Amino acid sequence: MMDPSAYLLLSGILFGIGVVGVVVRKNVLIILMSVEIMLNAVNVAFIAVGSHLGDVTGSVFAFMVMTVAAAEAAVGLAILIAIYRLKATIDITELSILKW
Amino acid sequence: MEQILFIAFGAIAVGGAIMVVTRRHPMSSALFLILTLFAVAALFVLRQAHFLAAIQVIVYAGAVVVLFIFVIMLINVPESRLPLERLTGFRFLGIIVAGLLILETALVARRFVTPGTPTADSGSVEVVGRALFTDYLLAFEITSVLLLAAVIGAIALAKKKI
Repeated sequence: MMDPSAYLLLSGILFGIGVVGVVVRKNVLIILMSVEIMLNAVNVAFIAVGSHLGDVTGSVFAFMVMTVAAAEAAVGLAILIAIYRLKATIDITELSILKW
Repeated sequence: MEQILFIAFGAIAVGGAIMVVTRRHPMSSALFLILTLFAVAALFVLRQAHFLAAIQVIVYAGAVVVLFIFVIMLINVPESRLPLERLTGFRFLGIIVAGLLILETALVARRFVTPGTPTADSGSVEVVGRALFTDYLLAFEITSVLLLAAVIGAIALAKKKI
């Protein structure tokens, strides 16, 4: 089996791309998708190291991360629908009603 | 063999992820997100994590992305009202910082030299299921409470009048 460093590097690259999506984009939907990419990148690292060490904990943690990702998507999209009904926009720079 | 497959699926995953963050319309992003998630599932299979690979396809591609597409179609923002994205100085700085982050993780990953003790089935359904229902039972149960909270929260938020 391959060394996990290549998988860790891939995980870092995917995470960085997700960070770019969150920081650079204005579309809320794409920001949420970038968060999903970041969570998936973490899962790659968990699985790679878990199988390298022959430990099942990596799989268990990745399972928990997936659950949190699903919950986050459901709640995030519900918030998005509620906000769209209120403001009729998905531009994150216009959603500043909590800002003073 | 594993190396060739890793490079192929890793390239697909990274390419798909880049397309997700660069497409203008969220629908194209969602479809490329499916591509990325499938490639990552293939990488899980390469690491013998068969259970997680199946869950990845079923939960992510089958549920989360469908939810995204459902919302994209539901709110149906016309092309002209999508936010106008320009690459200003601050945004460019964000890309540079993310590049530094990747560089940093690359430096850390290169040093990963812990000797491994790979076993044949560290990620099969049987092994993961046994761990989930014995050692991690409490965490598993709390996860179900989290999902319940998410379901109730999503319904409460999406309701017109609470």
